[in-house]
Amino acid sequence: MIVSLQWLKEYVHISCSARELAHKLTMSGIAVERVETLTGDFTLELDLTPNRGDCLGLINLAREVAALHGTNIKLPLIELKENDERIEEYINIEIYDPDLCPRYAARLIKNVQIKPSPDWMQERLIKAGVRPINNVVDITNYVMLETNQPLHAFDYDLLGEQKTIIVRRATPMETITTLDDQERTLDDNDLLISEESRPLALAGIMGGKETEIHENTRNVLLESAHFFSRGIRKTAKRLNLRSNSSTRFEKGVDPEGVVFAINRAASLMAQWADGEIVGAVLDVHPNPMPPRTINVNPDQVNKLLGCSLYPAEMKAILNRLHFSVENEGNTLLVDIPGYRPDLLQEVDLIEEIARIYGYDNIPAQLPVLDPGQGGRSSYQKFKDEVLTLASRNFMETINYSFVSPRHFDMLTLFPHNSCRRALKIANPMSEEQSVMRTLLIPGLMEVISRNLARKNNDLAFFEMGMVYIPQEDGLPREKLKLGAAVTGNTGINWLKKQIDMDFYYLKGILEDLLQRLGVKEYSFIEGQEEFYHPGRSAYIKMEEEIIGHMGEIHPRVAQHFELKQRTCALELELDKLYPCWEQKKEIMPISKFPGMERDLAVVVQEQVSSSLLIKVIKDAGGLLLTNIEVFDVYAGEQVPEGYKSIALRLAFLSHEKTLSDEEVNQYMHQIIDHLSRALNAQLR
Amino acid sequence: MLKKLEHLEGAIQEKIDGIKDLASLNDLRVKVLGRKGEITLLLKEIKHLTPEERVHTGRLANEIKTNLEKLLEVKKQDLEQEEINIRLLEEKIDITLPGLPYINGRKHPLTRITEEIKEIFLAMSFSIAEGPEIEWDYYNFEALNVPKDHPARDMQDTLYISEDILLRTHTSPVQVRMMEKTAPQLPLKIIVPGRVYRRDDDATHSPMFHQVEGLLIDEHINFGHLKSMLLHFAQHVFGEEVKVRYRPSFFPFTEPSAEMDISCVNCKGSGCRVCSQTGWLEILGAGMVHPQVLEYGGYDPKKVNGFAFGMGIERIAMLKYGINDLRLFFDNDHRFLAQI
Ligand SMILES: [Zn+2]
Repeated sequence: MIVSLQWLKEYVHISCSARELAHKLTMSGIAVERVETLTGDFTLELDLTPNRGDCLGLINLAREVAALHGTNIKLPLIELKENDERIEEYINIEIYDPDLCPRYAARLIKNVQIKPSPDWMQERLIKAGVRPINNVVDITNYVMLETNQPLHAFDYDLLGEQKTIIVRRATPMETITTLDDQERTLDDNDLLISEESRPLALAGIMGGKETEIHENTRNVLLESAHFFSRGIRKTAKRLNLRSNSSTRFEKGVDPEGVVFAINRAASLMAQWADGEIVGAVLDVHPNPMPPRTINVNPDQVNKLLGCSLYPAEMKAILNRLHFSVENEGNTLLVDIPGYRPDLLQEVDLIEEIARIYGYDNIPAQLPVLDPGQGGRSSYQKFKDEVLTLASRNFMETINYSFVSPRHFDMLTLFPHNSCRRALKIANPMSEEQSVMRTLLIPGLMEVISRNLARKNNDLAFFEMGMVYIPQEDGLPREKLKLGAAVTGNTGINWLKKQIDMDFYYLKGILEDLLQRLGVKEYSFIEGQEEFYHPGRSAYIKMEEEIIGHMGEIHPRVAQHFELKQRTCALELELDKLYPCWEQKKEIMPISKFPGMERDLAVVVQEQVSSSLLIKVIKDAGGLLLTNIEVFDVYAGEQVPEGYKSIALRLAFLSHEKTLSDEEVNQYMHQIIDHLSRALNAQLR
Repeated sequence: MLKKLEHLEGAIQEKIDGIKDLASLNDLRVKVLGRKGEITLLLKEIKHLTPEERVHTGRLANEIKTNLEKLLEVKKQDLEQEEINIRLLEEKIDITLPGLPYINGRKHPLTRITEEIKEIFLAMSFSIAEGPEIEWDYYNFEALNVPKDHPARDMQDTLYISEDILLRTHTSPVQVRMMEKTAPQLPLKIIVPGRVYRRDDDATHSPMFHQVEGLLIDEHINFGHLKSMLLHFAQHVFGEEVKVRYRPSFFPFTEPSAEMDISCVNCKGSGCRVCSQTGWLEILGAGMVHPQVLEYGGYDPKKVNGFAFGMGIERIAMLKYGINDLRLFFDNDHRFLAQI
């Protein structure tokens, strides 16, 4: 909302500069975003909070300014020269739905001259962002900006014979063409200003085309009514139609201001449109609301604010806001004026006292803190540790939780793959952000793709975050996952020691991570996820459960994500690792005796996996065989075709004695023997 | 005999002086002091001497032997030192050549800021609470005093899954969940970090962003407590010299409500583009927990009070790192992430 300072000054004396005023208003809760200097004027751009819709009217804003300065406002003088006729001779009003419209007032102004409004009025409207149209329409807008009461003007002569205004709910599928030339289809939640059968206006939102003021209008029927915010809001939202009028009603308007506004507008129409005011306001107000009083307990005020204000000080502050206050014992009884519909209970008035007193004047004080509590839960510590570990090897990324549904096709997921069952957002920003992710990998692929396009070629990323699994009923299940992806190498260097960040690189980091998180027993088995290279894909198994997958991205999938390099990725379910981490408490003692190492090179058929080879060795090697390390894998010359040579370093260790050569030789014999029988392995 | 010994000693001393490497020195040692060495051989002749001569000559011979051993040792040390000196000289490298690149990772700037904020409040004995990102409308709005038709819903354009389920627009629903869990026990002191979502997308708004929310409920908690705690927080994050101010504001779930500004981190308060010439930067919203919200959470607003505050992590990260486009945080360019 933009306010002309010069205009505002008509209602309140302002002695300080525009900037000072802006500061004072801001510090009292009426945020001034910007002050602009114009010739002979300043404008203030207000960013009003939803509870202070009253300040959309300049007189109410003037009340705020007056409260800050401890002064009074000046209401515009209304001179009403009514003729001898009575409005009842011209029009009849019936409210059928007082639950939506508690009050409807009308006036008739005869013989108006439609012409442009005076320059000063047009100027003020333009500054406030309202387009001038003609004097009658401009006056309704001007008075609305002044008083916050929306008004509407009908061409009286365009009403039907009966000259009866009915305020009623629309019938389902009823239509009206509004001032903006749109035909609107209504339902029975919408309120109409209507004749017997013909709708005239969408109540409180926008007038109808058919009774619009035009250049030949002679007689104006002026409406000043009160509509409850709930109904206006529903209709405005459903029709996606918001006007200066509907905005005000939605935020709440003073039901007591109806007559003041209509009189003000009538007097201006007499003055600037040469109109003749027909006697009396036709004011239909079947059930006036009783005045509202809120009790304020001064002790409660001080308790909540941490102040020690005297009741008299509180009373003085409330008086500055022009609320009348009476004492009843220790309690303050505060009358709430109609233009402050936001004040409903004691705490609302405590806030009023606090903001006028000044938040900066409330003394800061340290609360007494019980030091024995707080801290992280075990699960939170686990998550922190995973994040810290992962961030040693990978750059952390944060990706949107919503993704494109195209991702599932880009990953070439099978039609029945459960990852395709993703939650849909009912009102997404775009198709690209319309489903909740069920995997972290596509987000990481997009990050890699984007980076490769910018010639960042050596990349290692991770993300720790939720995936969202739909459930039959209720909220989805949010699963915490760790995803990582690598491509390129560890960076060109003059030592020529760069390492390709490939499957084994990623696997190495993963194994280190698992070990550090306390996962002792895990294995890699061949994986079947569609988006991995079928020959380079694995599931990570812990006991009998699959806890994640990793692999090289399938060339097709790489194409879909425009990955120009081989890329490897993994995804782990962290909640499945947490129990291991929690139990990770024990540290084994170190043997006092020296161990012994033996190297072993065997030739086996190509399809024999190293994990199988190791398993056979382990089974045959006895309890003292404590570690097996693969240190060479070779196929080619000197190895028959279809075979490969694998070299392993075996470590033996006893906690009870120094091992002798003979003893270890015996184990080695057993191992070799077993290897040749189980795998037909030959020593090399 | 004595003469022979003295002569031998002189000759050997000369030879030691002339030796240039450890190998020759070792050869000489063997030649002189070995089992068939010159001294050893000479000493064997002692048995042909008279007993008196024997004592005298023996003593002298031993002296000479000790002396030669000492000389050989000193020479050995010298030669070794010389050899090391030569090696060190030869092995000089260009220490300005780059080290082996070590691929290491980093935490995301938003994670770092979140951790920093968490630490501040953990040190003040807060706990960390978390809740679902996909949330019931009830917890996100209704229990926070925002009924279905309330105009305050316009403040936050919401992404919905269904009529009752939405992507949380703030971390505040966790407040209510934690109150339900804890009430009527006191105190409740939590900090709530997490992802939140709104229908918004430009240089300063992202459809997904992060918040940290704080809540303290106890007997005798007041607005002054809120002020001191937030000042402490601001000084930790932005430095001791930072100034704060509180402006009245509106949130449906707190009253009185406030926004806290800090003195501009860029211009220190004199006015610049970052702060739109005001000298102040808005960084968080706060207030006393609304009585209705306390009731929804299961507390009696007549007996307990509380305060709550919430801030956008991106906003704080942008100020701390001098970033002017929010979207950089979710773009995840390696060159951006590697700087932090
Ligand atoms: Zn600044």
